[in-house]
Amino acid sequence: MQGVQIDLISSEKLETLTSMEKVHLILDHVRQGTIIILEKGLSPDEQSTLIEMTMREILPDGFNGIEIETYPSKEQSPGFLQRLLGKSPSESRLTVIGPANQLRLIRKEKDMLSAWVSTR
Amino acid sequence: MNILVQTKKRISRFLSVFFRKKRARIGIYGPPNAGKTTLANRIARDWTGEDVGLVSEVPHETRRAQRKADISITGSNGSNITIDIVDTPGVTTKIDYRDFLEYGMDKESAVVRAREATEGVAEAMHWLREDIDGVMYMLDSTEDPFLQVNIMMIGIIESRKLPVIIVANKIDLPDAAPQRIRSAFPQHPVVPVSCLEGKNIEELYEKMVEYFG
Repeated sequence: MQGVQIDLISSEKLETLTSMEKVHLILDHVRQGTIIILEKGLSPDEQSTLIEMTMREILPDGFNGIEIETYPSKEQSPGFLQRLLGKSPSESRLTVIGPANQLRLIRKEKDMLSAWVSTR
Repeated sequence: MNILVQTKKRISRFLSVFFRKKRARIGIYGPPNAGKTTLANRIARDWTGEDVGLVSEVPHETRRAQRKADISITGSNGSNITIDIVDTPGVTTKIDYRDFLEYGMDKESAVVRAREATEGVAEAMHWLREDIDGVMYMLDSTEDPFLQVNIMMIGIIESRKLPVIIVANKIDLPDAAPQRIRSAFPQHPVVPVSCLEGKNIEELYEKMVEYFG
């Protein structure tokens, strides 16, 4: 049967992993054509590492990068109290990551992501 | 070097003697083909008379971070900053050499360009973590600003607590909609410019002095 594997990873599982473990987990799966859905998004530092590690994995006629989409953060900008207390905006929410040549975002709204997935 | 550039340089040097000299390393970040090198060249040319790098319509022309040191910028109120400008490769999460074939490149050149581009993006992320004091985030006003890579990059910059100015470039084009960029990132100053024509560039210099000084 032809198809696409989709792995949903719980926030509990993600909390047990270090940043590098999360990035490796994502890239190991995505390079094999799996779509990953994270219940809780990555931190900015983890996103930065993910971009950098993705670039190091790209090969001609092979893996050509990732498509990543997440809901917009609940708070686009920190409120007065958050700024006063030095708190950063809330973490990103449910996140979909897949191979760039298989996952395409169709529509992105405040509460809905619509994506199209192809087989390889 | 034209008279205007020479005059600007003289005024900047003169004023920097009287005002506290400040130095910051400012990175120009953004997606490929937003006009980062055109902005770097515009700033460097206006204040030093020299260019930073080559520009091209083919994405990922800049594949290595390029630094132009000791650029003194003077605001209309006489405030002065001295900065290093770092022009960085366009940040993306995917690079496919086949995209370069559409610009008439042969496969070998396209593969080399793609490999260099991946190294450049990784290098740009490294600079952001280690060596940057402020960011000008460059966006093409004719494109959708809500792309995930832009949202992620702004989040990464905010998490590092770096001052950021968002530059809404290409306002000379008929499809430009800088107000979309303002609504996407209301928490940051947005300056609409045309780096190619120099339109509104003085307002950007004022903001740079204000935010990076």
